[in-house]
Amino acid sequence: MTTPTTVPLTAALALGDDALVLSHRLGEWAGHAPVLEEEVALANIALDLLGQARVLLSMAGDEDELAYLREERAFRNLQLVEQPNGDFAHTIARQLYFSTYQHLLYAELAAGEGPFAPLAAKAVKETAYHRDHAEQWTLRLGDGTEAAHERMQRACAALWRFTGEMFRPVEGLDVDGERMESAWLASVGEVLGRATLTVPEGPRSGAWTAGAGRQGLHTEPFGRMLAEMQHLHRSHPGASW
Amino acid sequence: MATAAAHETARTQAYGTGDATDTTGTDAYETAFDAAVAADERIEPRDWMPDAYRSTLIRQIAQHAHSEIIGMQPEANWITRAPSLRRKAILMAKVQDEAGHGLYLYSAAETLGTSRDELLDKLHTGRQKYSSIFNYPTLTWADVGAIGWLVDGAAITNQVPLCRCSYGPYARAMVRICKEESFHQRQGYELLLALGRGTPEQHAMAQDAVDRWWWPSLMMFGPPDDESPHSAQSMAWKIKRHSNDELRQRFVDICVPQAESLGLTLPDPDLRWNEERGHHDFGVIDWAEFWDVLKGNGPCNEQRMTQRRRAHDEGAWVREAAAAYAAKHSGGRQTGETGETGATRA
Repeated sequence: MTTPTTVPLTAALALGDDALVLSHRLGEWAGHAPVLEEEVALANIALDLLGQARVLLSMAGDEDELAYLREERAFRNLQLVEQPNGDFAHTIARQLYFSTYQHLLYAELAAGEGPFAPLAAKAVKETAYHRDHAEQWTLRLGDGTEAAHERMQRACAALWRFTGEMFRPVEGLDVDGERMESAWLASVGEVLGRATLTVPEGPRSGAWTAGAGRQGLHTEPFGRMLAEMQHLHRSHPGASW
Repeated sequence: MATAAAHETARTQAYGTGDATDTTGTDAYETAFDAAVAADERIEPRDWMPDAYRSTLIRQIAQHAHSEIIGMQPEANWITRAPSLRRKAILMAKVQDEAGHGLYLYSAAETLGTSRDELLDKLHTGRQKYSSIFNYPTLTWADVGAIGWLVDGAAITNQVPLCRCSYGPYARAMVRICKEESFHQRQGYELLLALGRGTPEQHAMAQDAVDRWWWPSLMMFGPPDDESPHSAQSMAWKIKRHSNDELRQRFVDICVPQAESLGLTLPDPDLRWNEERGHHDFGVIDWAEFWDVLKGNGPCNEQRMTQRRRAHDEGAWVREAAAAYAAKHSGGRQTGETGETGATRA
């Protein structure tokens, strides 16, 4: 067990915000999914992530204060997870990129003895399932019809520039970023290959994507997402729900 | 299976022989069916059943399934605005349960020889309906609580007897659905309780929601018994076990003390305990509104159907890709399923 003083706040916020924000985006699919089974699956992933977010944010403070009362610039999530859902291909590409990262990260944290090990031990099982779900859909979209292949290829390329940020060092997170990055590239490359998709060629980071989300610099859609998420809570200061 | 065996026994008794097909026509099957229903046995998918029984069940189960998936919309409307992370998790889980209920119910309908695609097409083209209650809007957060308490409460009152419905797959699906619905009902109640005990603004929000959802919830039991077109036959077939008015009364009697505990009032000046009847009397329902919403003139009929059709149409390429992939990788197996994940159906 860890005492609050030993929790690395920056890391707890970074991982907690990733889970919170992606859970929110996946929640936006409710009632809009392409097939009923995906209503269940996407909600399931969103719920797993929300559960992780609640544990992580509670390590850093009060979960609701942190989720509902911080301004955009105080959020530490990756820019990748705040990207709008787009079509189903964009959602799956985002999930493949993120779940592959999150699975590698939690596997490493679960193997260690740091403050995140207990959470990671549980979460690594969830992220294995998320990764598998994204992989299975990547295969179907990539190697199904020509139209789906084109959409999936476009989605993979569009989100590629947000993937470099995942491996930047985070204060308090004791993981080997370089090793994780090469494992990530190998894993994602292998899945895309089997799906008959090509690995995008563009840069994986840029002026605004070199660890920018982790430093509180976000993309335009994120502000609107937060406005929607926080509006009701902020309209009733001090109320309990 | 015990029930199938009993049905077989009933059939054998009716025919006087185990081999009915050679000796008798529909009459003997019908006698066996009637005997099984009379003996409170379950009718199973492979049992003979009257065409009208089959079509009544398909209509009812499909309408129920459609209600689950359309019913996701008014509640999903608040997922992104839920005011605490705990409430957000509860609401997402609830909306997910509804998708799950849709899955069980479409599967139950498939045992009667129809397909999910066929039923969805009937929904999308307006040939089958869903519960009219979902044509009302969720205007505030408190509506999420009112739906849980009142709408799910009314649904449970309607659905618990269906766990004993004569058709086996439907009855079994309902057992699980009712368990989850009663969880939802308690969560809705608890949400309203928090608002009722909260700030004056929260209390007012809760009262406003109950004021708007009370009457539509009473309409969920369907028209009065003397105007309900399908009721008598469904009762005889033991698809339905209690009349609309009986169930409505039961619901009102349950809600009145619960409203008191919530510190909220029900918007009916005629609502009072009737010692003689042992029930609450209540005011006259505006059936003109009920029929009007049913005809398509409710506040959200258009919006709900537009969103449903759009989700289906925009998802077509995804379903096509899954089917094409399955066809490529199944080594000649049928293309309706998508291999190892079972993640979709074409």
